[in-house]
Amino acid sequence: MELAIPVALLTIGIYHGLMQTIYRAGVLKQTSFAKLDYYQGLTLHGVINALVLTTFFAVAFGHVTMAFYTKKEPNKKLMWLSFWLMLTGVVMASWAMLAGKASVLYTFYPPLKAHPLFYLGAALLIIGSWVPLFDWARMYNQWKKENPQTKTPLAVLGTLINFIIWFVCTLAVAYEVLVLLIPWSMGWTDTINVNLARTLFWFFGHALVYFWLLPAYIMFYTVLPKVAGGKLYSDLAGRIALFLFLLFSIPVGVHHQYSDPTITQGVKFFHGMLTYGVAIPSFITAFTIAASLEYAGKKRGSKGLFGWMAKLPWFDENKFLFAYFIGGLILFIFGGVTGIINSSYSLNTVVHNTAWMPGHFHMTVAGPVFLGIVGMSLYIYSRLSGKKIFLPKLNNIIPYLWVIGMLIFSFGMSWGGLRGEPRRTNLGTTYLNPDHELYRSDWVPTTLLALLGAIIMFIAGMLFIIIFFGTILSKKKEEGILEIPVSEAYHDEKRVPLFDKFKPWIITMIIILLLAYVPALLNVNKNSGPGAPRFSIDNPVPETSVKKVK
Amino acid sequence: MTIDKSEKRVIGITLGLMGLFVFSLLYAKGKYKSDVPECLPYDKAYTEPKVNKLDEKTYQVFSVASMWQFQPSEIYIPVGSEVDFYLTSKDVVHGFNISEKNVNMMAVYGAINKTTVKFDKPGVYDIICHEYCGIGHQNMRAQVIVNYPEAK
Repeated sequence: MELAIPVALLTIGIYHGLMQTIYRAGVLKQTSFAKLDYYQGLTLHGVINALVLTTFFAVAFGHVTMAFYTKKEPNKKLMWLSFWLMLTGVVMASWAMLAGKASVLYTFYPPLKAHPLFYLGAALLIIGSWVPLFDWARMYNQWKKENPQTKTPLAVLGTLINFIIWFVCTLAVAYEVLVLLIPWSMGWTDTINVNLARTLFWFFGHALVYFWLLPAYIMFYTVLPKVAGGKLYSDLAGRIALFLFLLFSIPVGVHHQYSDPTITQGVKFFHGMLTYGVAIPSFITAFTIAASLEYAGKKRGSKGLFGWMAKLPWFDENKFLFAYFIGGLILFIFGGVTGIINSSYSLNTVVHNTAWMPGHFHMTVAGPVFLGIVGMSLYIYSRLSGKKIFLPKLNNIIPYLWVIGMLIFSFGMSWGGLRGEPRRTNLGTTYLNPDHELYRSDWVPTTLLALLGAIIMFIAGMLFIIIFFGTILSKKKEEGILEIPVSEAYHDEKRVPLFDKFKPWIITMIIILLLAYVPALLNVNKNSGPGAPRFSIDNPVPETSVKKVK
Repeated sequence: MTIDKSEKRVIGITLGLMGLFVFSLLYAKGKYKSDVPECLPYDKAYTEPKVNKLDEKTYQVFSVASMWQFQPSEIYIPVGSEVDFYLTSKDVVHGFNISEKNVNMMAVYGAINKTTVKFDKPGVYDIICHEYCGIGHQNMRAQVIVNYPEAK
């Protein structure tokens, strides 16, 4: 269930992805199509793909890794509680979005006001995703008692670290939603401090991307080397990378606010430096994974410096996970490099909020994250149900098709961004409409490239949906088991106690967090003026206060 | 704890690369004054749109973003002028992007943003709102007109 629902929703998510590029390229010169407005579709696209799909998968994959490695059963009641909280939240928010009452995009910046059920739905999704962490902590502690001298399995360590990051960062957004946004949208409070809301959102917003990314990293470290036919190059390197993520994932959020008022240049620069800190675990991962793949290729009898690349199982449909993972990694090279550009302080003013940004983050969240999620969902489902993959040869091609589409799309978006093309804008009605006074002919080639890439990705996405549901509908062939490939380590270092416990790392994390965010929040508090009233998306005049009870 | 030889090498390369990045940023900040917007405390004086001429080559622009326009919507200045842009919003969050000049700011209700830029070449520079601000977002544009037409 926890895998099928997000994949079904993905259909809507991918549809809206294609639609936006059509609008943007000026093929559609109107504000809405099939009764769905551009910005409404963009909200659905962002919320479903970036928040719902990723959160459901992270929880489901967490259950799988924890149960598989600790050999303990998660508490069924808590599992269902978490599932129903998240699903109720999604239903609420989806209603608000589909009814057109919450076209505020997935960042929901005030003072654009959404329907209160949109905010409540988001809060329930988040609270539902907290529940498993406490159950997993119980499973981990039991396991630890039984195996005091064994290293914590890397996948377990990664899952726990990821959900600790998630719990801490979502505290800020929970505060934003429950204390600031809901009372304000209900009319119980008159105004909202927009700068504070933005700062709290980005306390959560950047850590969110690591919450998406870490399940993919766990797969790269613990599954990919095995599938490629080799070993993980270094086990300890993986642990160090994971703990560095724990330290640096959250205290970097202000790098999304370089262009914001109320925060001083000093604080912005400090967050920029911390962002370089969080690039280090990704550099470690890039090296370790490449070395693991090289080892796999050499084991398969490759020669020369680069011969190992040719020996990897690119087109082996029995190892289709490899294709999904390597596709994601290829995209992530570009996603990572553009990410470092974005975090580079003044360089950010060249690209902030331009089409460059979606060009960048589609190569991360719609690269390794998306391909890891869908590939792994298909794998786990087919093993658990004992069913064979529907159309296996085609399945193996999908990730490569996706990579080609994404590279074209992102190239178009990045190029457009450097020419000043804004993101989140229905370009077709004005800037890409030759009859309009705002027409910009220099954005024609860039939006057309993005459209071409999106069509290719749309085809790949639909093929995946066919294969996923084709597999569900096929007959059971063997006994279903809970099984994921397990990689051994090439350098399997002795247990280093420091890298096998949480306490010192969590304390360091809190210290860095305070150093980074106390000054930022003091800035916001000092430099903000009056709070803002409620605005709807179609009216420059604020909504009058709801009648107050005496 | 022993570290593999190639791992050592790669750690060195990574640290070197990071150092180079930090150095480049600081160098650009010093030499080209490339920086992110400045932070000012809120002051109601900036919420009235206007263009102030301080001297022949120095201007102040108080830009006010609202759904769905910038005021002033056309800013005429001579070539070689240095302009301080002060920016705020009357309603929702807006963006303020002059991509040719790397001016990139957010306009936020209850806050003042500021940046300084020099216009060395004549021409018409688009100011584009690059933050979603409701149904009219794609219409929201202003222009800086530098020495054009010649008359001014």
